[in-house]
Amino acid sequence: MNDPADLTIGAAGAALRGGELTASELLEAVLKRASMTEAHLHSYLTIDREGAVEAAAAADSALRKGDDLGPLHGIPIALKDNMVTRGIETTCSSKILAGYKPPYDATVVERMRQGGAVVVGKTNLDEFAMGSSTENSAYGPTRNPWNTDRVPGGSSGGSTAAVAVGSALAALGSDTGGSIRQPASLCGVVGMKPTYGLVSRYGLIAFASSLDQIGPMTRTVSDAVDVLGVMAGHDPKDATSYRGDLPDFGSGLDGGVEGLRIGVASELSGEGIDTPVVDAFRRTCDALAEAGAKVTELSLPSFEAALSAYYLIAPAECSANLARFDGVRYGLRKEAETVEDMMAATRAEGFGPEVIRRILLGTYALSAGYYDAFYGQAQKVRTLILEDFARAYSEVDVVVSPTSPTTAFEVGARTDDPLSMYLSDLCTIPSNLAGHPAVSVPIGLDEGLPIGFQVMAPALGEQVMFQVAAAVERMAAFDARAPLATSEIS
Amino acid sequence: MPVDIDIHYVARLARLALSDDELARYGRQLEGILEHAALVQSLATDGVEPTSHPLSMTNAFRPDEITPSLDRDEVLSQAPETQDGYFRVPRILEES
Repeated sequence: MNDPADLTIGAAGAALRGGELTASELLEAVLKRASMTEAHLHSYLTIDREGAVEAAAAADSALRKGDDLGPLHGIPIALKDNMVTRGIETTCSSKILAGYKPPYDATVVERMRQGGAVVVGKTNLDEFAMGSSTENSAYGPTRNPWNTDRVPGGSSGGSTAAVAVGSALAALGSDTGGSIRQPASLCGVVGMKPTYGLVSRYGLIAFASSLDQIGPMTRTVSDAVDVLGVMAGHDPKDATSYRGDLPDFGSGLDGGVEGLRIGVASELSGEGIDTPVVDAFRRTCDALAEAGAKVTELSLPSFEAALSAYYLIAPAECSANLARFDGVRYGLRKEAETVEDMMAATRAEGFGPEVIRRILLGTYALSAGYYDAFYGQAQKVRTLILEDFARAYSEVDVVVSPTSPTTAFEVGARTDDPLSMYLSDLCTIPSNLAGHPAVSVPIGLDEGLPIGFQVMAPALGEQVMFQVAAAVERMAAFDARAPLATSEIS
Repeated sequence: MPVDIDIHYVARLARLALSDDELARYGRQLEGILEHAALVQSLATDGVEPTSHPLSMTNAFRPDEITPSLDRDEVLSQAPETQDGYFRVPRILEES
């Protein structure tokens, strides 16, 4: 057998059940991969070796007794460090939460454990998930495993880098404006944002509550279906949690695309997108048409203003959510004479520049006299985007685009220009504003760097979205192994 | 559209104690971002209702039952300063 760290969830599960592999051996392989790659990548903030070894032993013992907890039983996974884990340091990559050991587990963490998954550790992110490169971490950046001079994307860059090199078989990320899909695209893995409400946000440290959604990052589309299946479902602890029945997300994986109607989003596949990315995207669209899909161009005119609307709505919500970091109940405190001075000093010291920038931006956009011109207007654009999507889905089953306008950019290239960084999210933001599901699938390389293909679907359209994504995956036949995972590292 | 920001006022509202240099830098960056964000004013939105949330949900009710809450000592163990089972903060009210 190959190195177990290179297995998909599906293959590892079969080996575990066939008695060819134990969860403890699988974990050891993954930890060994982490020890080889971490010095170059920095994808983890915390590795919980002790807890993971214990969980793997428990998974083995349960399986021996015939107690099978499902597709993630014995599978080593990583968690983005904005999901709280009881007793395990959770910092959100911020100094303001250094040393914080939460008194409870997020619902997704509980569900992972109940599903037999082995939590390896907590992954690096842009502070409070604000960023597109994982450079805004108070604990240092994560590097791209395809080329360590490049960024892994963000904000879930630690999670994607870990999956790309096999220091986890899957990871959970969170996606507010593309923070799962954009890094998945830049690291050559599958990353999926579910329909808003499908996965509980309880215990996800909030950034923008009407946009945030937790989702899977995996090596294959089928693995993403398995992880989503374990996470999804109603949670009384999240008032926005979906209450209806869940579809069988993976029932269309082998269905192909014959007869399906696929819309190409004109606004997201021309101007502002690098030529090699557009070319690879167009070739995949042609292949889908050859396979029997009806591929048409669609215009969604309000998408032109989606980025602007997002960079008002997300900061506005963040400025409210991050008010809770005030030096009273947890984390950092800077002493001062009065309570207000203590709070202001704590926050200025504890937050990094991008977080401060967005809090200021959101505070301004919500302040008296400017509310209607900025925040109110952005909310109306959000309505127009929903209407454009609704028109599109009256004609097609899915909408497709490139995931990221570029492949991975160089470390430091955009850190001094917030606006150029924000443009990384051009193609991913509309799905967040609409609350719709979307997935990125790797389709090829340009100069050794991965390119991602995005499939968007209407609310609760995961089934058809995964069906198209699986077809794209088969056509691309992408070998999802980053060089850092396989080569001897000097 | 030029944007004029009273950055000192905004930082005060946001409870951020920043230096004058920092405020000047953030103020310039915000003006740049807001000029771009003003694109939201370019679309025709007469008669368009705002969307604050992707789900058209009403209240999410649950039975009003007592369930166990977080362990007080575990919660307080994470606080910068505590006293007698409470969070402790600097003085808020002046003594009269």
